Amino acid sequence: MSARDDIFSNIRRSLGVNGKETPRRAAVTQRLADTPRGPIPARGQGSPAARLATFITEATRVSASVVVLDSVQSVPQEVARFLQEAQVPLTLKRGSDARLADLDWQAAGLDVSSGPSGGSDLNAISHAFGGVAETGSLVLLSGPDNPVTLTFLPDNHFVVLSGADLVSDLDSVLAKLRRIEALPRTVNIVTGPSRSADIEQTLLLGAHGPRRLHIMVVLG
Amino acid sequence: MTLHPTSPDFKDNAHRALHDPELQKALGHVQHGFIYKRQSAVERLPEFENLREAARDLKNHVLQHLDLYLETYERNVTAAGGQVHFARTSAEACETIVNICKSHGAKSVTKGKSMVSEEIGLNAAIEAAGMQAVETDLGEYIIQLRGETPSHIIAPAVHLTKEQVEGDFRRVHTHLDDARDLSEPVQLLTEARGVLRQKFLDADVGITGANFLVAETGSSIIVTNEGNGDLTQSLPRVHIVIASIEKVVPTLEDASLLLRVLARSATGQDMSVYTTLSTGPRRETDPDGPEHYHVVLVDNGRSAMLGTEFEDMLRCIRCGACMNHCPVYHAIGGHAYGWVYPGPMGAVLTPSLIGVEKGGHLPNASTFCGRCESVCPVKIPLPKLMRHWREREFERHLTPAVQRYGLKVWAFFAKNPGLYSLATRAAMTTLAWLGREKGRFASLPLAKGWTEYRDLPAPQGDTFQAQWRKRQRETRR
Repeated sequence: MSARDDIFSNIRRSLGVNGKETPRRAAVTQRLADTPRGPIPARGQGSPAARLATFITEATRVSASVVVLDSVQSVPQEVARFLQEAQVPLTLKRGSDARLADLDWQAAGLDVSSGPSGGSDLNAISHAFGGVAETGSLVLLSGPDNPVTLTFLPDNHFVVLSGADLVSDLDSVLAKLRRIEALPRTVNIVTGPSRSADIEQTLLLGAHGPRRLHIMVVLG
Repeated sequence: MTLHPTSPDFKDNAHRALHDPELQKALGHVQHGFIYKRQSAVERLPEFENLREAARDLKNHVLQHLDLYLETYERNVTAAGGQVHFARTSAEACETIVNICKSHGAKSVTKGKSMVSEEIGLNAAIEAAGMQAVETDLGEYIIQLRGETPSHIIAPAVHLTKEQVEGDFRRVHTHLDDARDLSEPVQLLTEARGVLRQKFLDADVGITGANFLVAETGSSIIVTNEGNGDLTQSLPRVHIVIASIEKVVPTLEDASLLLRVLARSATGQDMSVYTTLSTGPRRETDPDGPEHYHVVLVDNGRSAMLGTEFEDMLRCIRCGACMNHCPVYHAIGGHAYGWVYPGPMGAVLTPSLIGVEKGGHLPNASTFCGRCESVCPVKIPLPKLMRHWREREFERHLTPAVQRYGLKVWAFFAKNPGLYSLATRAAMTTLAWLGREKGRFASLPLAKGWTEYRDLPAPQGDTFQAQWRKRQRETRR
């Protein structure tokens, strides 16, 4: 018997079932169709303004920085300001997301290139699929628009989040994922910059991923 | 290839651990850090208790329908362009993974943190096949340099001090300047980041574990704080996921429910920094990501736990809260448990997976204080399960003769209440008289195990039963 068949028959023997029982199959089909939610924390709920306030509080708690911009046109200036303040060269890597590609980066003095990261980029920018107020998390989708390597290899990661894509809780953003055509290879839920506490339980930022995460929430 | 267990030598291991000053210093961080952080996170979330109950019910539902959810999961991984392999044993799992690596001509393999890979002894199998295995989680990297196993399921190097880590880095990173300063944890972290960055970029295969497998979408989910799991899976040509069969959950919402209790119970975070759902290999238009996606599902004794009194243990989501709150773990650390899984969850799981003959000591290493059960995010009745193991150990005559004899003597008196009362009364009166001056004993025959470390208080009066009878008489009056 193959390993697969053996494991399935062991599971069924232990459970005292044969795998063909209609009520068991129905219970599984129903759960997969109904996708019931567990208890949803009240924390992220409320009006869009309350949601934004919670998102900022939670993202800041986990050491991300957050600014709110009136227009996506202000993104290049904000990136330049952040890099100048951090005394980092004004370079930036982006994917082919049209919401980022169309911006006037040159006017802000930024040297922008596009594509995945090979590990030598200091700074990168992505556009989020959504934001979660409950935990201050960003949800990013891999692909040509926002290559996954941009989320993990650079030292400084900038993320643009449209205010309209900010939801109250994780389950709401997962439900939105179900509505897109097909899942991308990775869905990355990012909550703050990279960190480790593996040495004497001392929390340090910038383990293998970005040392800084700067979120720009664009309203309007 | 399974790691050789030293669990049968638990008593000696524990004794050594108690007398290891560096270990005792390092263990101080567990007692204070983890407990406080979890408590703060729980207090910030009024729904936490409801979430625990829902998480327990969800896992029970999955276990009762495990065959059907695994079928769904397998179908959806395949539909997304991935490949699922099944492995009955550690040896089969290692063989499958080594063969995948070889078929892609791999020389270097990076690894994200995975407890089941420790369980099956994967690193040794990869190295034996002539490839290099590189652990990329900072804690795992440190213990790999030392040739050790993890002493904690989420903080593998928690038994070490920063001075020990500095020593290891100086020993291994010989290409770096001898005069560099490594006295602070941040300097150690920066050095590891630099060394491992190149390993990530050079790797041919990346292996990660999975916190959850989502049947609905065929996705595997990992949570990390460092981002190492993502660099491990996104840079090489091949991504292999290794997971045990009970990790499957029905839907994305079910994964969300468990995520809400996982990080809070583990590190006291609301969410770990990176929660990643991976579904299949890179898409046609993707500019990065692996070209191949494999999942190796490991049974290794779990299907046999279903339908037994140990089934509850399969709810475990590997958060480590039970060991973080365990007074025995605080005293001796994780290595004394002698195999892969330490603390209360290890005391239950180890005998299930390697046999009660080898792991039978572990369920005895508990005071049954119940803290583990009270913090478990999926409400596993750990003390009850440890008691089941003690019963099995006794039934199978694995308990030492002196203990068995002692229990028989006790049972004889317990079954004869008159004699019991008489004997305890006589003993207590004698002890009270002997200790009447100091009120305590610094040594007593047959009680060295106690008096070696602390005094035994002398009885202050009558036995409990005698006092109770007296009180009953008084209240009736």
